[in-house]
Amino acid sequence: MNTKKKKGFSLGAYCYVLPAMLVFAVFLFYPFVKTIYLSLYKTNKMGEAKLFVGMGNYIDLLTSASFRNSLIVTAIFVVIVVAGGMMLGLLGAVLCNRAFPGIRIFSTAYALPMAIASSSAALIFKIMLHPSIGIVNKLLHLNINWINDPKYALVCVAILTAWLNSGINFLYFSAGLSNIDESIYERASVDGANAVQKFFRLTLPGLSPIMFYTLVVNIIQAFQSFGQVKILTKGGPGESTNLIVYSIYRDAFFNYRFGSAAAESVILFLIILVLTLLMFKAEKKGVSY
Amino acid sequence: MEQQVILTRTDGRDHAKVLELQREAGERAKMRRRVRKVTLVTLNLIVAGIILLPLLYAVSIAFMPSNELFTTDLNLLPSHPTLENFKQALVKVPLARFVGNSFLVAGCITVGQIISCSLAAFSFSFLEYKGKNILFMIVMATMMIPGEATIISNYLTVSKLGWLDTYPVLIIPYLTSAMGIFLFRQFYMSFPISLYESAKIDGCSNLRFIFKILIPLTKAAIGAMAVYTFINAWNMYMWPLLVTGSSIHRTVQIGIGMLDSEDSQSITLMIAGVVMIIVPSISIFIIGQKQLIRGMFSGAVKG
Repeated sequence: MNTKKKKGFSLGAYCYVLPAMLVFAVFLFYPFVKTIYLSLYKTNKMGEAKLFVGMGNYIDLLTSASFRNSLIVTAIFVVIVVAGGMMLGLLGAVLCNRAFPGIRIFSTAYALPMAIASSSAALIFKIMLHPSIGIVNKLLHLNINWINDPKYALVCVAILTAWLNSGINFLYFSAGLSNIDESIYERASVDGANAVQKFFRLTLPGLSPIMFYTLVVNIIQAFQSFGQVKILTKGGPGESTNLIVYSIYRDAFFNYRFGSAAAESVILFLIILVLTLLMFKAEKKGVSY
Repeated sequence: MEQQVILTRTDGRDHAKVLELQREAGERAKMRRRVRKVTLVTLNLIVAGIILLPLLYAVSIAFMPSNELFTTDLNLLPSHPTLENFKQALVKVPLARFVGNSFLVAGCITVGQIISCSLAAFSFSFLEYKGKNILFMIVMATMMIPGEATIISNYLTVSKLGWLDTYPVLIIPYLTSAMGIFLFRQFYMSFPISLYESAKIDGCSNLRFIFKILIPLTKAAIGAMAVYTFINAWNMYMWPLLVTGSSIHRTVQIGIGMLDSEDSQSITLMIAGVVMIIVPSISIFIIGQKQLIRGMFSGAVKG
């Protein structure tokens, strides 16, 4: 009797995780395994696996100039996005650290980009960067065709993405700053430290735990940028903004090479996985709590 | 301060002079503080101006007649503001329908995530069963898989099932989130297990416990989760782009692309459309900002 009751109880317990696990199983685990499976095959236009090629898709990718370009472009992009987005967020957080009249309005302004969609932002930036009527050329008295010039296109998309990500970074850094004990600043002032010294010796080390978390999230997010590329540059001019995710999209839905696109997805996953593991390893050495 | 006390005690006649000096020092400190405050506000104005520039510029263009846009002069503000762009944008594409679709999809995703995450987090924090820890680790591991690694297979699956171009296909894949489960669990773990045990003794069922006790107690986390999830669902791009072919089920972010044409006359129109679809997500963000911050950081970072 007792055991029966216990068993019924525990079956009931599984019911509560069931909805979540079902969604994960159908739309995350199954497709993830299927992606790995597809990456080992040549597929037909319907996306059905037809011919087993083993590592063939991977070898084709890694030897293709286009995909290697994609990797390089993505790496540059991620570096600009992460550095830019984190610096913007940090700047806002430091400026809003001490109370002053209007602080609520400013902190809302700094966090606001997180509420904006990549596609909406891309449409706005498209007009801002317009060669003849755009505000950027007008304000800077330049005449640059930002989006159609391979020299500038990637930087433009990266700055747009950094701007989008700066909002949530601001929230992370604000939370981090509010955890730093105010009294250490007072003691440093008494000892004659100036603002710059205080920033590098106290603020940055005090932020290191949240800085680490923000860095990981930012890197993962930057790798997944898609909407802004699709709307602003479509991977061009040439292939100068052909980020990995856009390349996956193009391979799968324009060229119908699902197997190759699946292999690219797996490579993307591995890159993110390795980077995350490396960062967690580095964290043990570098972050002071 | 100490010095002043000594001075007044030793030399009574200089008392007035000391007070004078003290007042001067105070004034100087006040002045310094005021300068610092003005600098801080000025710096903030500059940085916030740069951050908000794209949005302010978009609003300005949305009210600008299209002939005003095409000059080589610096035209920051419309000289004859008009609502014509908004009207035209609503006529040219079924924007109202897209907004309705997005509200429906984002609303369902938000409610669904809150329910599924609350249930799962409840079982992870209050129930005992075999494999609980492994299941929780599996949930956490899902955060490592980027959506892009599954999107092709998901697309192939739903197209084979004939689900393309329906509401469920936009909603169902997003009905749970590992982050949500983690956030709620973090909150639930701070409640004593005796809360659950005494409710059980009083004959409270699990579901009743969740909806009558846990959910009201975790309003902060739910608020944060709701704001975050709604905004993300509203801003979703890649999945709706793949699975919606006709304009019947299209969400705002895809629909707005229909206004993006090479025809230069329609630039003001397009920006008016963008402004209209940004307003809901910004409003929700501003209303829910406090909730979002409190919920996100009280559980996750300090915990």
